[in-house]
Amino acid sequence: MRETRSKTAASPEQIRYANLLFYGCWGAIFFLFATYFLYVFGILAPHVPLEEISAYWSQGVHHYLEEAKIPLGWGWVVLLGKGDFLNFVGIVILAGLTIVAYLTLLPAYIRQKDLPFVIIVTLEILILSLAASGILVVGH
Amino acid sequence: MRSRWLSSGVSTVMFIGLWLLAHPAMAAEAAAPGLSKPWWFWPVVLFLFCLVLGVLAVLAGVGGGVLYVPLVSGFFPFHLDFVRGTGLLVALAGALAAGPGLLKRNLASLRLALPVALIASTCAIIGAFMGLALPRNIVQIALGGTIILIAILLATSKNVERPEVKKPDSVGQALKIMGVYREESTGEEVDWRVHRTPLGLFLFIIIGIMAGMFGLGAGWANVPVLNLLMGAPLKIAVGTSKFLLSITDTSAAWVYLNQGCVIPLMAVPSIVGLMLGSFIGVRILAVVKPKAIRYIVILVLLFAGGKALLKGLGIG
Repeated sequence: MRETRSKTAASPEQIRYANLLFYGCWGAIFFLFATYFLYVFGILAPHVPLEEISAYWSQGVHHYLEEAKIPLGWGWVVLLGKGDFLNFVGIVILAGLTIVAYLTLLPAYIRQKDLPFVIIVTLEILILSLAASGILVVGH
Repeated sequence: MRSRWLSSGVSTVMFIGLWLLAHPAMAAEAAAPGLSKPWWFWPVVLFLFCLVLGVLAVLAGVGGGVLYVPLVSGFFPFHLDFVRGTGLLVALAGALAAGPGLLKRNLASLRLALPVALIASTCAIIGAFMGLALPRNIVQIALGGTIILIAILLATSKNVERPEVKKPDSVGQALKIMGVYREESTGEEVDWRVHRTPLGLFLFIIIGIMAGMFGLGAGWANVPVLNLLMGAPLKIAVGTSKFLLSITDTSAAWVYLNQGCVIPLMAVPSIVGLMLGSFIGVRILAVVKPKAIRYIVILVLLFAGGKALLKGLGIG
């Protein structure tokens, strides 16, 4: 019976990954909910007034960035005191969770001397970090 | 009694959803983005809409992103740039929430997910940049065509519970893409392995590009490739696909986020609405027959795909 359980059970690194996703995801959602409340009820003044948003969201992103003076990449960090940009903290936690979870996999695969998966995990961390860095830009 | 109550609940939810889609006043308002409405109008409507969408997505067995992007871009006043950015976050949040349960029950396999995720997430970045650089009408036409293709795929593909893998391929063996899971309904232990891994990996190039370009998530494509092509059992294919989205969509979501394509006023109600809807949907799923709902969703997708196509051609 014990053997059966161990055969079908998830690996320890898989369990660790799952736990990290669970707490991180629900923490981010809770944070998002709280910051959205501060934003829409006007407790924290936004960078873009709420009444003006609907004039931007029907236009393309280029128009929004220019007219509403929205910073590109991580430029929003300096606007964290504003109600709208405070919401980015929860969003960034959601988007960053996978990178952190991958970092927890690396020691396990190194310990197991599982070279293909060490390479795969390392490359994935680099790819996701590159996407997150904001270094890559697109021409409109 | 409970079943009847829930069935009528689903009908009501669907009625509200379809009313939201088809109501002429709503369509007119979306077509001529109204400054006449107070600022909170669209976020509230979007939240309710996503709540309905979350329920329907679970009952129809599709991801939230694949319904969100065509329907919200077609029937709401938001530009496609913001819809795609939010669509990816919606799909990402759903995948992150589902991931822990699937991984712990060993229904999502890290050994299967990690190699394909590396290819899909890299290509999703390329797709996201292509989607943002291409003219809007081209993206709309391609989106419309893709959505119609997805609807046809959903209507015609017959997944196999446990595909027979006679001879695992060398790449799958080298990467040790295999495992054992417990079939809860019978208590049986199911050994699984994969074949045709190189072709499967190649197809994830296309899947990744499409996920990034349209902000769709990609469960609709992941499952057939993992199940029908690579031979993973259906449960493993579905579980791994859902988990896979948390990686693929992360890379594309960062691109859209860094390019300013996320407006919190519309992103947060979308994410929260869809997640709440999914929770309600899972509870309803236990007591209703989802087959009819799946067909309704396929029809809605055909309708939304057609609308996107016409919009891209400047007709709609």
